Amino acid sequence: MRLHYGGQCHLPAREGAAALQLNNVSHRYASTSEDVLRGVSLTVSPGERVALVGPNGAGKSTLLKLILGMEHLSRGTIDVFGRPATHCLHRVAIVPQRSTVDWRFPITVRQVVMMGRYVHLGWFKRPKPADFEAVGAALDTMDITELADRQVGELSGGQQQRVMLARTLAHDADLMLLDEPLNHVDITTQELIFHTLERITAMGKAVIVSTHDLGVLTVHFTRALFLDKRIIADGSPKEVLTPETIAEAYGFEFHKDYHPWNS
Amino acid sequence: MEFLIEPLRYSFMLRGLGGGLLTALACAALSAFVVWRGMSFMGDALAHSVLPGIVVAYMLGVSLFWGALGAAILVVIGIGLISRRGQLGEDAAIGVVFAGFFALGILMLSKVATFSDLSHILFGNILGVSSGDLVIMTVVVVIVLTGIILSYKEILTASFDPAHASAIGLSPGLVRYLILTMLALTTVVAIQTVGVVLVLALLVTPGAAASLVSRRLGRIIILSVIMSIVATIVGFYASYYADVASGPAIVLTLTVMFVLCGLYSLVRKVRQ
Repeated sequence: MRLHYGGQCHLPAREGAAALQLNNVSHRYASTSEDVLRGVSLTVSPGERVALVGPNGAGKSTLLKLILGMEHLSRGTIDVFGRPATHCLHRVAIVPQRSTVDWRFPITVRQVVMMGRYVHLGWFKRPKPADFEAVGAALDTMDITELADRQVGELSGGQQQRVMLARTLAHDADLMLLDEPLNHVDITTQELIFHTLERITAMGKAVIVSTHDLGVLTVHFTRALFLDKRIIADGSPKEVLTPETIAEAYGFEFHKDYHPWNS
Repeated sequence: MEFLIEPLRYSFMLRGLGGGLLTALACAALSAFVVWRGMSFMGDALAHSVLPGIVVAYMLGVSLFWGALGAAILVVIGIGLISRRGQLGEDAAIGVVFAGFFALGILMLSKVATFSDLSHILFGNILGVSSGDLVIMTVVVVIVLTGIILSYKEILTASFDPAHASAIGLSPGLVRYLILTMLALTTVVAIQTVGVVLVLALLVTPGAAASLVSRRLGRIIILSVIMSIVATIVGFYASYYADVASGPAIVLTLTVMFVLCGLYSLVRKVRQ
């Protein structure tokens, strides 16, 4: 159990390093006898918007947790901007799955967004004016400033997801991981999320989004990664999303004329 | 005025009131976290399962505080070890340890002590607070209050979103042990004033009542503290003038406050 967290990051990013590099990553949970990930290797460059798709139990969430060092990696290496993520957690942020959050907890929207700044503070440090500014800007970007003093549990699913994204914006990471951010989200929020992600990646940050929604792939992502314990397909969304890969991943056949994005 | 001052002429009454207020302060400050992190069963278990430690301290003739604290640490570690492997849920682990330790305590107590000792341990004896107890209580209150103030943002983060906490390198387990340590210290001193059985009420009722009135954590904590202090004073004078046990008097006052808060939130909802 680590005692220390956050504070200042003293390690600059390696020049020209990939935003994310996985080398032959395999992982197995202590409670199971089978690998959830088998020999996954991939490189994500700054500016990429990667959709991570695959059936339930494909290891999508595990992969995201491994990147952040939230799970102990069994085999292989993972580097974020040329170093293990745990060396500097400032550079990588996650929007976790909705179910891991205790929405009933009495806490305001503003307090939740401020959590994005804590990695820069660490123990015993109070937020400074710069942190309040970052929170204000993030609230503005996600269009939730007028909800800032509400209890998060009172908001709709879409509004809650905006709060979580505002928090990662306040975190100011260079690699953003979003685990199923589109579940229970209204269309306006979905558009706002994608618009924001596009703006972020235009600034040279990298984004990885795990999703079940195959329909949004071609429009909003530069790259798709089909995962089912190993990488089944990796490339532009149109290349990846073929009836064959879908059949292989989900175990059912589409009609030969069916294309998920134009039907 | 005479009415209020009269009981305080006796130094043991004054110490009792001081002890009661210190206990109320520590319990109420933690109450919001106990309620919202779902730790009430843990608090109850801690209170009951320190009994063997109290008996051992009684037999050795040392302060009951150290015996209770030792047992509380064993209980927390025991529950952690059993539930760690994930085969059993934490509530089951708490249940097993709680019942086992409490039974052991009752058994030991029945061999060494009289019935009135038992009732003091079970229901507290606010008038038995010594000046040594007061010193320990003050230390515990200072530890708990500084603990909460210094780690407020960490407790908030780990409680609301443990995944985010571990993503920024803050171990939710560490925060949990921090709260458990404060909870164990508080429970141990609270036993002196309200007893094993009623500690739970001081840990849960103020936070629950305040949560009916406010949705802000900071306000919930402050409201809990105010209600607990008022309830302790009311209970204390009630026990002096009506000649009833102080522990139940304090707890019943808190329960009445809970009902009033419930009515208030009901009225507010209807009006909206």
